[in-house]
Amino acid sequence: MPASVEEIRRSVAHAIDEYNAAEGTAVPAADDTVLLGGGAAVDSLGLVRLVLTVERRLEDDFGTAVSLTDEKAMSQRHSPFRSVGALVAYAALCLADRP
Amino acid sequence: MSEPRVMVVTGTRKGIGRYLAEHYVAQGFRVVGCSRATPDWTLAGYEHFAADVSDEPAVKEMFRQVRRRHGRVDVLLNNAGIASMNHVMLTPLSTVRDVFATNVLGTFLFCREAARLMSADGRGGRIVNFAPVATPLRLEGEAVYAASKAAVESLTRVLARELAPFGITVNAVGPTPVETDLIRSVPKEKMDALIARQAIPRLGEMRDISNVIDFFIREESRFVTGQVLYLGGV
Repeated sequence: MPASVEEIRRSVAHAIDEYNAAEGTAVPAADDTVLLGGGAAVDSLGLVRLVLTVERRLEDDFGTAVSLTDEKAMSQRHSPFRSVGALVAYAALCLADRP
Repeated sequence: MSEPRVMVVTGTRKGIGRYLAEHYVAQGFRVVGCSRATPDWTLAGYEHFAADVSDEPAVKEMFRQVRRRHGRVDVLLNNAGIASMNHVMLTPLSTVRDVFATNVLGTFLFCREAARLMSADGRGGRIVNFAPVATPLRLEGEAVYAASKAAVESLTRVLARELAPFGITVNAVGPTPVETDLIRSVPKEKMDALIARQAIPRLGEMRDISNVIDFFIREESRFVTGQVLYLGGV
C-alpha cells in the first residue's frame, strides 16, 4: 500500500528532528517553514543536508530508495524544497512514482 | 578492532579495476566493485554488483545495498571507462553516446550517490576519478574519449568545491597508457608516438596508478582536493 501524505509528513518531521539534533538548529517541522530564499530557516548547504536527511529517513521508513533531486531545486519560486509543505508534497510524488 | 573502511571501485571485472580491488583488499579495505558482467574471479573482502555505471536505478540500488550492508562508503574510485579510437568524420553518434554514458554519466552518478552516503554521518570521504592523458595531449583519433575525460576533469574540480563542506575530497589520477584491453586496438606506431610525448617515455604500470590513489586517499591528504595528477610527466 502506498504511503499516505500524513505518514510522509511524520517521516519528514522526524528527519527535521534528526537534522536539528545534528546541526544544533531549531527548524520548525511546520508546512509553512520556508527553506529557500528570504526568511529561510536553513542556508543553501543546510538545505542540501536537510534534503539528504529526509531521503534517508524516507528510505528507512518506507523501505524504498527515493531521490529527491529536481531541475528546479534551487529556484525560489518553483523549487519542491521551497518549504516544508512543498517538500512533503514532493516526497509523496516521488514515493508514488516508485514501482 | 575498528570496522574496515569501505571502498567502491567501478569497472572491476578486469584490468586496472581488478588490480585496484586486489590492491585495496590487501590493504584491509572492504571493496565493493561493479561491472556490467560478473567477473570470473572472487576474493575474500570483495563483493561484486553486476551493474552498468550509467544505469541510474541500478546504481542507486547498489548504493542502497551498500548502505544496508556496511552503512558507509569511505572511498570511491571511478575507474570504469570505455575508449573509442576513430576519426571524427567516421564516428557514429551512438559511439559518442556510449562513451559519454560510461565515462561522464557513470562518473557523475557514482560521485553523487557516494557523496550522499559519505556525508550522512559527517565522516566525509575521498573520491578519485580517472582523467587519462588523452585530454591534455589532445590525441588525434580520440576526440570523443578525450572530450569525455575533459568533462570528468571539470566535474572533478567543481565537485571538489561543492563537496568540500561535507569533508569529501575529489581528485583525479591521470594515467598514461597501461597494458590493458583498452589500448590493444591502438596501432603500435600510434602508441609509440604517444609515449614519446611523455617526459618519461614508457607504458604506465598498475602500481604507478595505485601510488597516486594511495596518496589521494591517505588521511594526511585531507587538504588535497580538486587536483588532476598526470603520470609520466605529461
